[in-house]
Amino acid sequence: MKELFMIGVGAALINNVVLSQFLGICAFLGVSRKTGTAAGMGAAVIFVITLSSLITGILYRCVLVPLHVEYLQTIVFILIIAALVQFVEMALKKYSHALYEALGVYLPLITTNCAVLGVALINVQKNYNILEGVVYGLATAIGFFIAIVLMAGIREKIEDNDIPESFKGTPIVLLTACLMAIAFFGFSGLK
Amino acid sequence: MNKAAERLYNGLIKENPTFVLMLGMCPTLAVTTLAMNGIGMGLTTTVILALSNVMISALRKVIPDGVRMPAYIVIVASFVTIVQFLLQAYVPGLYESLGIYIPLIVVNCIILGRAEAYASKNPVIPSFFDGLGMGLGFTVGLTAIGIVRELIGSGKIFGFQVMPSAYEPVTIFILAPGAFLVLTLLVALQNRVKRSLEKKGIETKIGSGCSGECASCQESCKGGKTE
Repeated sequence: MKELFMIGVGAALINNVVLSQFLGICAFLGVSRKTGTAAGMGAAVIFVITLSSLITGILYRCVLVPLHVEYLQTIVFILIIAALVQFVEMALKKYSHALYEALGVYLPLITTNCAVLGVALINVQKNYNILEGVVYGLATAIGFFIAIVLMAGIREKIEDNDIPESFKGTPIVLLTACLMAIAFFGFSGLK
Repeated sequence: MNKAAERLYNGLIKENPTFVLMLGMCPTLAVTTLAMNGIGMGLTTTVILALSNVMISALRKVIPDGVRMPAYIVIVASFVTIVQFLLQAYVPGLYESLGIYIPLIVVNCIILGRAEAYASKNPVIPSFFDGLGMGLGFTVGLTAIGIVRELIGSGKIFGFQVMPSAYEPVTIFILAPGAFLVLTLLVALQNRVKRSLEKKGIETKIGSGCSGECASCQESCKGGKTE
């Protein structure tokens, strides 16, 4: 249990997926204009990453390893993730309309979010078992959620500020990310 | 041959993926702690980009429109796997330092972006040079950022000490926040140049298949996928 907790805290705060591993930067910069949409994107990422780390974990341990075709992992994982996202979208549309309304638009954007494939590959690299992999995936996604919602909150505030002409748009967002990354260094004291 | 030169110019200068289009930001930020890593990542991406452009262009009349995205992903992922094993065998040092970012080239927006915007519509030879140009442009971008970060963050360039020994390295530049900071300054500088060009009445609009923000790029890809 303690092991799992350490994996979780490490993935969510100390090695934050966006601010220290640079995965999922595109979504982080692109969908963080409003807190509402950022939270939606974050929730969709939590959903997909947790599910995909479970499925890729099972697939890797029960199919790829017994067949000795571990080298196919990149191809298999990306296809699984792409298919999974489509299935989740279809399932939500059919069974849970409320959830589809909330997450639906963000789901297709996730296929090419490198955090999803990244987590699947890191799980293999670090030799996590299926449970550890799911915890790592969930915690990473929560880290993403925290980062993107914080970023959206800050962006809503700086909207009204007087920003130097050249820094308007992407640069000020990147600068904010820089300061957030420094702040997140503080969490390494938790180790 | 003119076409080839035009493609190379387009990738290196006019639509440089790092400085102009702002594509592939994850590797740009993550591996540029050393100039050498920047070159390694850039060249690896170049090889994959050129090969996958050739393959996609050669198969462009065979791949049905409805499943083109999954087909492109499989092609790119196969090349990435091959290149990953070649690196592991022949350049183990680079393989170690790039780590997880090598397989993640599969989801680099530059590659699927070029497949969709160029290779799927053009013959094999121009597609090859398009991939080569874009890849080299990416390499130049990564190396430039890598040199700045390595110089300020450790006083070296390509591992050679260039700063006087009294220079105190600003370590934060080779840590995560430094990546964001260098990119911030780069984009701000670019905005500045763009603005002064616009004042002189020079057109700076880029005619690309991508608006620069990956999320919107993915949105257009998704449009193609569900059609």
